[in-house]
Amino acid sequence: MFEQWQRFNAGNWINEIDVRCFIQTNYTPYEGDESFLVSATERTQTLWNQVTQLMAQEREKGILDADTAVVSTITSHRPGYINRNLEQIVGLQTDKPLKRAIMPFGGIRVVKTSLEAYGYQLNPTTEENFTRYRKTHNDGVFDGYTREMGLARHSGIITGLPDAYGRGRIIGDYRRVPLYGVDRLIGDKKTQLESLEVDTIDTDTIRLREEINEQIKALFELKAMAASYGFEIGCPAANAKEAVQWLYLAYLAAVKEQNGAAMSLGRVSTFLDIYFERDLQQGIATEAELQELIDQFVMKLRMVRFLRTPEYNQLFSGDPTWVTECIGGMGEDGRPLVTKTSFRMLNTLVNLGPAPEPNLTVLWSERLPQAFKRYCAKVSTETSSIQYENDDLMRPYWGDDYAIACCVSAMRIGKQMQFFGARVNLAKCLLYAINGGKDEKSGEQIAPAYAPITADDLDYTEVMQKFDRMMDWLAKAYINTLNVIHFMHDKYCYERLEMALHDRDVFRTMACGIAGLSVVADSLSAIKYANVKVLRDQQGLAIGYQIAGDFPKYGNNDDRVDQIAVDLVKRFMNKLKQHQTYRNAVPTQSVLTITSNVVYGKKTGNTPDGRKAGEPFAPGANPMHGRDSKGAIASLASVAKLPYAYAQDGISNTFSIVPGALGKTEGDRLTNLVGMLDGYFHDGGHHINVNVLNRDMLLEAMDHPELYPQLTIRVSGYAVNFIKLTREQQLDVIKRTFHDRF
Amino acid sequence: MQVSPSHILRSTSVQGYIHSIETCGTVDGPGIRFVIFTAGCPLRCLYCSNPDCRYIENGQKATVDELMEEIQKYTAYMNASGGGVTVSGGEPLYQPHFVAEIFRRCKALGLHTALDTSGYCDLQIAKPVIEQADLVLLDIKSFEPDIYTKVTSVSLEPTLAIANYLNQINKPTWIRFVLVPGLTDATHNVAGLADFVATLTNVEKVEILPFHKMGEYKWEQLGYEYQLKETQPPTPEQVQAAQAIFRSRGINVV
Repeated sequence: MFEQWQRFNAGNWINEIDVRCFIQTNYTPYEGDESFLVSATERTQTLWNQVTQLMAQEREKGILDADTAVVSTITSHRPGYINRNLEQIVGLQTDKPLKRAIMPFGGIRVVKTSLEAYGYQLNPTTEENFTRYRKTHNDGVFDGYTREMGLARHSGIITGLPDAYGRGRIIGDYRRVPLYGVDRLIGDKKTQLESLEVDTIDTDTIRLREEINEQIKALFELKAMAASYGFEIGCPAANAKEAVQWLYLAYLAAVKEQNGAAMSLGRVSTFLDIYFERDLQQGIATEAELQELIDQFVMKLRMVRFLRTPEYNQLFSGDPTWVTECIGGMGEDGRPLVTKTSFRMLNTLVNLGPAPEPNLTVLWSERLPQAFKRYCAKVSTETSSIQYENDDLMRPYWGDDYAIACCVSAMRIGKQMQFFGARVNLAKCLLYAINGGKDEKSGEQIAPAYAPITADDLDYTEVMQKFDRMMDWLAKAYINTLNVIHFMHDKYCYERLEMALHDRDVFRTMACGIAGLSVVADSLSAIKYANVKVLRDQQGLAIGYQIAGDFPKYGNNDDRVDQIAVDLVKRFMNKLKQHQTYRNAVPTQSVLTITSNVVYGKKTGNTPDGRKAGEPFAPGANPMHGRDSKGAIASLASVAKLPYAYAQDGISNTFSIVPGALGKTEGDRLTNLVGMLDGYFHDGGHHINVNVLNRDMLLEAMDHPELYPQLTIRVSGYAVNFIKLTREQQLDVIKRTFHDRF
Repeated sequence: MQVSPSHILRSTSVQGYIHSIETCGTVDGPGIRFVIFTAGCPLRCLYCSNPDCRYIENGQKATVDELMEEIQKYTAYMNASGGGVTVSGGEPLYQPHFVAEIFRRCKALGLHTALDTSGYCDLQIAKPVIEQADLVLLDIKSFEPDIYTKVTSVSLEPTLAIANYLNQINKPTWIRFVLVPGLTDATHNVAGLADFVATLTNVEKVEILPFHKMGEYKWEQLGYEYQLKETQPPTPEQVQAAQAIFRSRGINVV
């Protein structure tokens, strides 16, 4: 037994890599309130001022600096510092703060165009290496794509695919590094290789053997990178400071190696708390020192950067990295997984001010300690930087040691990964059903030429028949496309380090998604309950719709239309399940748009619900704005009906409210926000972003961004800097979900 | 014919007229509240933010059964926040049987009930409704009778009679007062109300509601003339000054 494990309670975690067991046998639940928390130390404040100045320069220039030649690997760059004397937790992605690295394994073209967009030139040798000698994921995918896939991608019915960039949404169990030390993990991987000395060496075994060998190399590189910062992380962390440092180095290695769409952290607060408590009990750390570790750790997480094109940033509203950290939740034994470090983590939003990253995610249970619930609500109302997800709903599926990748995707840490599949545009699919597979904007034949609808008035039964058939086609095309992408990603852009922090055999999901749910639900409701007349152009293409009469709208807790939305979710999921997936991944589905609801809307023509061509969709599973007439809770209630069983990759809902509409006094506002979360999750809601903001403040921030550098708002599944949104997205946010009636 | 009590509980033919519902009421009583805005109001308040609630015939017909079915969808939120059901308006006491029946059915389900009223109603008619309300939000729009009439176009007396009755039966009550600069904010008017409230032992708190113009657009839509075009909402200092008058009399004011 390692001396670093002294005073820890023994358990199976000693014999096997089992972080959950370590947590369960050692953590101290905390039921008290936030009164023990302390402010940032002077060191932290000085350091943070330095960082915010760098960030301000970065905002002005687009990016602060970029490497143009060195391909980023775990060990590619010399150690980098912000201010060595002040930093308690060290490590940067490159040799300088906020300097962006290039990661061409996903695709060299995207690296080149990103550099050029900011006035940099890709080193010709690097370019030659990745065009002549080393193939990228992006090149592989386009070799694999069929004509149909190309068309579907081009028309935007399948969209946001990770075919030119890292897929992300894989969470390494970074906690394994401080707990076990890298040497033990390498030993474990070698044992895994021995277990794969089997009689029949087939494709699966060959691939896994190669992967594990790559994982071992990555672990050695992690050790070498840590050594360059002066740390010997072959052995376990001995105290709180080392635990945070080791853990951060493991995460840092991942973001040096992969420019994944979402590079989530996992669920580290309560794990770290065990080290913090041990140091406190031994009298070798003070509260101020522990908060300093968390503040500085979070500061580093806020500095994670990837080189991406301006278009990518536009689509996702800024520069998201989705460093998602999960806080709270309940253990299977009924003890809350809330610790003092859960509070310390939320306290960073106070000490360093609001920020979009890390993407702080509270796993909510009705049984969470009341004081913690109120503290969450308090930080939410002050910073709008927290999202909430239903632990009572997810725990039966994923146990009590899962985390959220990106926005809403739950996975057992170190035991499960997903093949990220972005999403399909369901509203466009409905229009294709009406137009016999032709795109409503270009007139191009994208989907199979099924018989279009020729009647003047839309008939619900006929539309549903045709729509169902078109969804069959879409589900098939979608899964096939994802199979190509993930085959190539494994081949050319494998996540060595992240997968090194997983078990040998991981459970894989094929994470599909749908956009435009509320548009389609309302469209079908209009067709069913009102009269929808089709307007066609000279070629006979349906391009507009005239509605006579009223119809129930999703978001009013009205089953006549809410059940249409429920049926759509189930229906499409059942279709996805029918197809063979790469590596036998289990298909799942999300109702999530990130912020691309604006872009999807732009690419989609008039819809039968009365939405005009080009108008944004509602984000995620949100009802369309302006269609709710019964207030905010009715809107929540509609979304809560969507069945998680059929959308296990998550159902995103974004809720914005002005403070006055939450109650008159601060006490009322906290009580009501806690009540709202309890009610929503009790009724089966999966996820909710909470923004408590004044409309006036947002309007002012649009005109004077310099006054609101840290203004953070929650959008579909993550948080963004409001001032980094495009003007169009800003207006959409303001128009959309403000519930301000009082 | 004998009617079983369970039958009465299950169904009722009582119906009334409503303007709208709000599922996220957070300012009309404690917790998250299902608020029913009834149609029809005998007052003509100059600052009314719901002038579209004036006429009962412009409301939507709704049965108590329908409303109860709707209300029950939100019990999780009410239970979690200590909320309940509030009937506001319009003037709920304009439809006393309807409102009393809603409350009776809510109470049978264990839901907290609140009546938001101007108190402009004959006491005998109001009594059965008040009996079913756990909390009364009583709007006293002015304490000086002349100002009251100027603001509302009706007289103050019935409201004071109800306020005294609520005190007599010790019904939990919140007094609400809309502070309109130049109209209701005269010190003697506010102080008069404060003195009166100080004599009531059933009042849990006083809420000063700053005048706002968010209903102005409705007046224009309805073709009514909005007389407070030039009036500005009170400043925070003005609100605090009014609160201080109540506070100095030992009244819990927000």
